[in-house]
Amino acid sequence: MPTFLDFEKPLAELEGKIEELRHLENSGDINIAEEVARLQAKVDKLLRQTYAKLSPWQKTLVARHPERPHFLDYTGRLIEDFTPLAGDRSFADDHAIIGGLGRFRGRSVMVIGHEKGSDTAARVQHNFGMARPEGYRKAQRLMDMADRFRLPVLALVDTPGAYPGVDAEARGQAEAIARSIETCLRIRVPLVAAIIGEGGSGGAIALAAGNRVLMLEHAVYSVISPEGCASILWRSAEQAKEAAEALKLTAEDLLKLGVIDEIVPEPLGGAHRGAAETIQALGDAIERSLGQLGQENGDSLRRLRREKFLEMGKRSLG
Amino acid sequence: MSWLTNFVRPKLQALVRKNNVPDNLWEKCPGCGQMIFHRELEANLRVCTQCGHHLRLTWQKRLGLLFDDGAFGRIELARTDPDPLKFRDRKRYGERLKESQAKTGEQDAIVVAHGTMGGLKTVIAAFNFDFMGGSMGAAVGDGLIAAARLAVAEKAPLIVIPASGGARMQEGIISLMQMPRSIIAVDEVKEAGLPYIVLLSDPTTGGVSASFAMLGDIAVAEPGAVIGFAGARVIEETIREKLPEGFQRSEYLLEHGMVDLVVPRAELRETLIRILRLLRQPRLDATGLVPYQAV
Ligand SMILES: [Zn+2]
Repeated sequence: MPTFLDFEKPLAELEGKIEELRHLENSGDINIAEEVARLQAKVDKLLRQTYAKLSPWQKTLVARHPERPHFLDYTGRLIEDFTPLAGDRSFADDHAIIGGLGRFRGRSVMVIGHEKGSDTAARVQHNFGMARPEGYRKAQRLMDMADRFRLPVLALVDTPGAYPGVDAEARGQAEAIARSIETCLRIRVPLVAAIIGEGGSGGAIALAAGNRVLMLEHAVYSVISPEGCASILWRSAEQAKEAAEALKLTAEDLLKLGVIDEIVPEPLGGAHRGAAETIQALGDAIERSLGQLGQENGDSLRRLRREKFLEMGKRSLG
Repeated sequence: MSWLTNFVRPKLQALVRKNNVPDNLWEKCPGCGQMIFHRELEANLRVCTQCGHHLRLTWQKRLGLLFDDGAFGRIELARTDPDPLKFRDRKRYGERLKESQAKTGEQDAIVVAHGTMGGLKTVIAAFNFDFMGGSMGAAVGDGLIAAARLAVAEKAPLIVIPASGGARMQEGIISLMQMPRSIIAVDEVKEAGLPYIVLLSDPTTGGVSASFAMLGDIAVAEPGAVIGFAGARVIEETIREKLPEGFQRSEYLLEHGMVDLVVPRAELRETLIRILRLLRQPRLDATGLVPYQAV
């Protein structure tokens, strides 16, 4: 049974009933099988209804769902011969950002992204996807390497934000993020970024200044978390729902604003109910983007990327 | 964009104006808590006469201190949709903007000025902290782009003086997008072979620190300025770490290799001019300084 979010309570109850009935199914009672099928149809309908109109706050919760596929799930399914490359050559290897060489549908690529971890031990190991300066410096190093060998860069973004800690500040968190954005904007190879879960502020844009920015249907991307925004502007984190509305952090709004280029649909009930399908869909979208960008030479890839970001902010929501 | 458009030699009166504060006021130093006579504080460039604390400067004072004879021109900034998200918290963002505009007499939190420093043409983009905490939204990003393009067109160095709490939250994702936009702006100056100097003033934090502000060819900081990415309170509250003495202050950044120089306000102008001359006048002839020539 998946972890249910608060707003999924009715679903949880139905699925609980189905689970109970399945235990009795072995008795061969035909009525039980029928009841299971009936309840399953009800679940599907409810899922469809619920997920068709998720509020921005509900999307935030879905984007953070612990069972949502993370970076290593994507590389596991999309990248052959994945060869992680460690370290910033100056201080440490940051496990919140993973990157390396691999083969995506036949072509060599550099894949970089945040890993949140999928169980408690992994979450601690990857620091919940919150990178320190070493992480952003590793990303810079790998993007520069990709540039040198003319390999496209795929960036998978999934972070609550950069790590707010004394050590991170002492080693220049601000400079590391700034240089990482600068590197994204400088390279002469295709950079396709995808917001796969949480696109949290500076820690996200550090990898996301790409030629194409894709975004999963229920992912969120924002300058600040709804809780953080609420505690500053409403002076209470309780108002996170209102803040999530106001921030316009959903894929739909960001597409209208021209901040992202494409929404990648998630299976019924969100990516955590269909990891394989989600990953396949993102892979297809990345392949399309790479195909389009393949026509451009290095100089125009760089120029187009810069023009795209300079243009941002010219479109508004009515 | 002609160099001399709307170039006005400021009246001496405007330079010594004291922000409508009567002369007989005393001001409390945030550093040592001493009450200091207002006129004395102004005469000392708003540096505490007791403890040396550098109080914040308005952009007018700041530019007056840096340019030759305190004289500079400003460029008009094009106006974009100030509220792309139609943002509303307890109040409409549109209202907050209007209030700040009424309070400061400015359109937004950045001023782009040009003039000379030590005889060298210089463009300065200065943040206006009094305008919504100097927060960076699209108008600030546009201002930085305009400043960079003016510097490139005039073959002049660019000095940016951030004084900002970070992103303008009310512009949501559009404020985040000012990080790449401002970086592209200063890169244009660097690519033109022109110096890009950052004068980090109090405060320089959040998305402003994590973009153009940390990418100067040379980073000069004012003493005691708060400079960092994450807010000290956020670090204390979420990570429950005790903050070391002087954390995120200019001197702490100097020690950790993040800035080049920490320079007291009284020496700022001469230091910047010295740097600009070293970078822009690489050879001296027998008579002294070679007259400035554009590259
Ligand atoms: Zn004092």
